[in-house]
Amino acid sequence: MEQQVTNILVVGIGGQGVMTATEILAEAAISLGNDAKKTEVAGMAQRGGVVSSHLRFGLKVLSPQITPGTADLLLAFEAAEALRWCHYLKPGGLVLMNTAKLVPPVVNIGLYDYPNDPIAEVRARGYAVHAFDAMEIAMTLGDVRLGNTVMLGAASDHLPFPADALLAAIVKRFSARKPQLVELNRKAFEAGRAADAAVGHNEKEAA
Amino acid sequence: MAAVMPAPAQSQLFLSGNEAVARAVWEAGCRVAAAYPGTPSTEMLEEISGYPDIYAEWSVNEKVSLEVAIGAAYAGSRAFCAMKHVGMNVASDALMTLTLTGVIGGLVIAIADDVGLSSSQNEQDSRFWGRFAHLPVFEPADSQEAYEMTKAAFDLSEKHQCPVILRLTTRICHVKALVTVGERESHTGAGFKKDVARWVMTPAGAVRRIPLMFEREKTLRAEAEASAFNIAEDGADRRIGFVTSGPAYMHVRESFPDAPVLKLGLACPLPLEKIRAFAAGVDKLVVVEEVEPLVEMELKANGLDCVGKDILPRQGELAPHVLKPAIARLLGEPMPENLAPPQAVAPPATVFPRPPTMCVACPHLGVYYTLSQLKNITISGDIGCYTLGAGHPWNALDTTISMGASMGIAMGLDKGRGEADKNKRILAVIGDSTFMHMGMQGLLDIVYNKGNVTVLILDNRAVGMTGGQDNPGNGRDIYGDPAPSVDFAKLVESLGVKPERIHVVDPYLLPVLFKTLREEIKVPEVSVIITNQPCVLVDDYKKQPPFKVIDDKCTGCGNCVEVGCPAIHVMRREKAIKPSGKEVELQFVQIETAACTGCGLCVQPCAPDAIVEVEAGEAVSILKRQ
Repeated sequence: MEQQVTNILVVGIGGQGVMTATEILAEAAISLGNDAKKTEVAGMAQRGGVVSSHLRFGLKVLSPQITPGTADLLLAFEAAEALRWCHYLKPGGLVLMNTAKLVPPVVNIGLYDYPNDPIAEVRARGYAVHAFDAMEIAMTLGDVRLGNTVMLGAASDHLPFPADALLAAIVKRFSARKPQLVELNRKAFEAGRAADAAVGHNEKEAA
Repeated sequence: MAAVMPAPAQSQLFLSGNEAVARAVWEAGCRVAAAYPGTPSTEMLEEISGYPDIYAEWSVNEKVSLEVAIGAAYAGSRAFCAMKHVGMNVASDALMTLTLTGVIGGLVIAIADDVGLSSSQNEQDSRFWGRFAHLPVFEPADSQEAYEMTKAAFDLSEKHQCPVILRLTTRICHVKALVTVGERESHTGAGFKKDVARWVMTPAGAVRRIPLMFEREKTLRAEAEASAFNIAEDGADRRIGFVTSGPAYMHVRESFPDAPVLKLGLACPLPLEKIRAFAAGVDKLVVVEEVEPLVEMELKANGLDCVGKDILPRQGELAPHVLKPAIARLLGEPMPENLAPPQAVAPPATVFPRPPTMCVACPHLGVYYTLSQLKNITISGDIGCYTLGAGHPWNALDTTISMGASMGIAMGLDKGRGEADKNKRILAVIGDSTFMHMGMQGLLDIVYNKGNVTVLILDNRAVGMTGGQDNPGNGRDIYGDPAPSVDFAKLVESLGVKPERIHVVDPYLLPVLFKTLREEIKVPEVSVIITNQPCVLVDDYKKQPPFKVIDDKCTGCGNCVEVGCPAIHVMRREKAIKPSGKEVELQFVQIETAACTGCGLCVQPCAPDAIVEVEAGEAVSILKRQ
């Protein structure tokens, strides 16, 4: 009995807005009548640790956790985190990867190495990668905190519902909390969507 | 948090388990709610403090929070307290006699187990408390159930005049799901009625209450047998019937959609007859419970054959990727295709760890940098952000077990010195909130028994690790309203520390901190050094203009790297030979100016004065790596 549940894994580092992004994805899914569960282990994530946020939605969701090897989409807010979590994807699944590298103190002090080429390593595992610098896009728009909206924009054409529903959820959230940021987030969303489309186009050309 | 108009009844809300419990506590007409912050339980009280018509407080520790709730329930009001699993270890002194007195107003105690240890020093199974204290335990499986069971727990508590435990886990507390909410009922306190035989637990009083407790347990077992929260769900594949509870239920349902499942909601006392009847309809009974084999042992003790921890892990979560292979092995079936060891199609990549770190400009950085420069010391640590001082690059913390333990352990390290530690200096490091929670008594012990310990109280005016909650030291209550605040210097002086041995130091002034520490560890008696700068995550913290590194001046000495600030990045490494012939690695650094808040800690050890303030109007940046 295959249950029609969509699994999206959103990963990054504490402070990047991973949990907010997942929450907005959940709100969009719920607005279309889905059941949804969102879970993360982020007890100490505020201290620069890894955040992985699981979103499952569909007619009825039971376990909130995504089983490794079954995620439909991986949104990675950081390059090495994409590599850390890509085994959660189903075979051949798609990673939307922010190419920005955030280096933790344990790497800075020389205890560990940062992976040489996370994109290539993820691809070598058989996953499709759409890579773009979401942080750069956010900074160009004036605020690094727009990074999570850029990532959502990039995800918007890879969901089982229309991109507009996700944009509406973003607009709704900011209208309620910070109306002055609605337009900026709309721009960030479109910029992320365009970045993903451009990369996707290039991938096809290359293939 | 300002009180907002709660969402109307019948709304379907996307709530975490903690938020769902808070809503239910409010709806149940609860009048008093208390807690000490602790992951994953913290948000329950934070949320409750946002509801109208209910008194909420951050108590100084879990035992006090339970006692506050007990008093309110004695007065006939509905009361609630919440804590993480280890909190109940502290509160249990009150719990174990509370079970004898019982309550008048409904009393619900939410205990959040950190199954999987996302942010805890151990992993405990709080369902034991139900057995130990002979009290009923509810185990919700998601937010909706957390909401419903909280309300049911208040009713059950009043019906049987005993406190009721709500056992949550991280996977309930921090999972968001849809919850349909209702309206608030009104319950006014009946008022405290004098009844010495019941409320004053002397031996003579307690001895008469014990039989009543066992009678109550029988009644509660009958209640559990009949409870709609304990449901047998039929299934076509009868080879295995599962008995399960809490989040494990969802994992079982997800993994084995066709199996019969007996879901325990009011799981203690165990509805043995219901389980016996269920077992009769399946070939094999498997108990899926997080963490300890409590149900399994009880079933086996009652002659019910079942399988449990012999095939399932005794620690951590029982998620589908754990359950499916274990059951496949039990049935002698091939592994599910995507779960063949090591649990996924592609094995996980090996990536550097990303442990939690201290924040940019954290005042603790100065403390641990300084401690890392001292030799011949043993440092007893405590629970909080500053536990991270055990990590890199400081490696400046030697023990941590429980809240406040740094004091007593330091005392024992002093008095129990071996030959090898004869000349060691003993230090204890504790945060403001942990000190007030359970550290004060330990310090008093050191003073009274003339220990030789240098105590550092890191007063950052917040419960930092759980998100910067207010505490009795920072002058604000749970609502953010003004409250009296502890003067730590006066407090420790009144405990008996000599005034000349008490120092209040700015932890950003490294030379002062170093000098004070070096002097005090030499003094053969107790000293207390209090650092006085706020947590960078609370509003008291004021950002300063950022610093940057002048490339040409950086000599790669790496001194600033030892501060451990996450805004300092090594951009380039070079091997160099010192005049002595020794090979060293030079580390050329940059500061992520967009993250730096100008604490100035890294400036102080910089030998070539390569770190300077970013000029006014100069753009800050994020470091780009190739």
